[in-house]
Amino acid sequence: MQGTGRTFLIGLGVVLAGVLLASLRVNPYLYFAGYVILQYIVIATAWNILGGYAGYVNFGTPAFFALGAYTAVYLIQSMRAPLPVLILAGGLVSALLGLGIGYLTLRLRGVFFSIATLALSIVLQTMIINWEYVGGSRGISVIRPSSPPFGNYVTFLFTVMVLLAVIAVTAARFIERSWVGRGLAALRDNEEAAECMGVPTLRLKLFATTVSGFLLGVAGAPFPYYVTFVEPNSAFNLDYAVNALAMPMIGGTTSWIGPVIGAVLLGSAQQLATVTISSEMNLFIVGIVLVAFVVLAPEGILGLVRRLRSR
Amino acid sequence: MFAWDLLANAVVAGLLLGGVYAAVSLGVSVIFGLLDIANIAQPAFLILGAYAAYVMYNAFGLDPILSGLLFTPVFYLVGAAVYRVYYGSFERRGEESLRGLVFFFGILFIIEVSLSLKFGVDYRLVQSGYVGKSIEVGGIGIAYRLLVPCLVGLAMTLALHLFLARTFYGRAIMAVSQDRLALRLMGANPVKIKTVAFGIGIAAASLAGALLITITPVIPSTDRDYIGRMFAITVLGGMGSIGGTLVAAIILGIAESLMSTFFGPSWAQAVSFGVLLAALAVRPAGLFGR
Repeated sequence: MQGTGRTFLIGLGVVLAGVLLASLRVNPYLYFAGYVILQYIVIATAWNILGGYAGYVNFGTPAFFALGAYTAVYLIQSMRAPLPVLILAGGLVSALLGLGIGYLTLRLRGVFFSIATLALSIVLQTMIINWEYVGGSRGISVIRPSSPPFGNYVTFLFTVMVLLAVIAVTAARFIERSWVGRGLAALRDNEEAAECMGVPTLRLKLFATTVSGFLLGVAGAPFPYYVTFVEPNSAFNLDYAVNALAMPMIGGTTSWIGPVIGAVLLGSAQQLATVTISSEMNLFIVGIVLVAFVVLAPEGILGLVRRLRSR
Repeated sequence: MFAWDLLANAVVAGLLLGGVYAAVSLGVSVIFGLLDIANIAQPAFLILGAYAAYVMYNAFGLDPILSGLLFTPVFYLVGAAVYRVYYGSFERRGEESLRGLVFFFGILFIIEVSLSLKFGVDYRLVQSGYVGKSIEVGGIGIAYRLLVPCLVGLAMTLALHLFLARTFYGRAIMAVSQDRLALRLMGANPVKIKTVAFGIGIAAASLAGALLITITPVIPSTDRDYIGRMFAITVLGGMGSIGGTLVAAIILGIAESLMSTFFGPSWAQAVSFGVLLAALAVRPAGLFGR
């Protein structure tokens, strides 16, 4: 159990560093941008649990993210629930949706599964657009609680995101190294063969979709307080779907560190491009980088490093 | 009292819409249905075709359908080139499913973002001689704006059906979809035939895009709405059956038209994806499955 203890210490260290960073009071924009990058670490890690480990490509990331965000909006609207409750509830509701798409994998594999998740995202968006209580298509303003536990609200959210990112990455690392990870890898390579060898494929897939959904919901839950104005087009943005799969693809999908590398690199590049060029241009870069990596370096940066080392 | 004339109008509008939807989905039926390539970027080529028609209309006042026809060779070549990259990077290595899908998703995204960089996010529309006129049949108005694209769509469907059934290349494409090894044993090159088929699929999408911008204004992100429609129609139509595609397109057109007439246009979006989810979950072979 020494490894687990060390992981815990490292995680704690990162969280403390985050708290320290949040209390430094440098340029507030840094926290704003840092939040987005951390959010992408959670999203990319969550996507990778299903997409990288189990090999099921989920195009419906926006559905899970937005479900977390809108669960939070609903709870803020109805009872002004505190942030931890929002995060937990957002995660649980998205986990339920994850469980649902887990059962979908019984009938749909490969391409069909991916198209179905994309369809799911649009159906859900239509439902939110027609639900006036959470703002409908016009969107809704969310008022932040007046006094955060420490700092101002953006630095507080930044710290919360650091914690969530540490939790997500630790969970992914734990899954990868346990028998669950090995089982998922087996069914990724050949589902029939894994089933024949006694790997409980359905239970593992349900586990992967549920955990992935939970973490995506968790990433979305603080979103209303971060932007203070939530509308369907921003919450269900296709950018989340592209980034969620581009980041692990760039970093490398077989290891927990891959999505982190991808999210940090691509997330920072996007933040820079948004500030210096335009937000449209940053998406263009993501698209080009994604296609370039998929064609030229299918194993991502991790694969490149491995190839260099073995030489 | 039930509004029968409203119902009749909605059904007729849905029928006309179905003709265009058939044209929109032909490319997916060939590429996804027959070649088994999950080209999720197909709707982006549709919108690219629509913008090509828009540019030609603005520069020369050219009729959108005419410029759609003019552009088909260009898109054919683009499609052939995309397939070559796809084949070289994924299919030859046997990695098509997961990474190929991501590749096409990336292309979809690049095309969409490029269009919004170039044209912004305003709605674009074209006019032509017949837009605004209509005829009335038994109390039901039929706008030429819908009728002409529908007829062209039907003609495209018929042409593709004849091509696949009667010509050498068409039959070769059908053969590729059934048994690649047997085809190779017959001395034909499956990669070459698939390149031709992919090119035709992309060209069909571009022409359908010209029809689309005739009936409705288009923005770069319109492609997202059509991902669901295209794949819903292709799956429902039985993956590569051209007749099935037409029937499924008309069913979806009427369903959407009824939905937007009686429940409001904001729900029409969900119809195609609802149909798709239901079709995938209940009967993945579609109505006319092989």
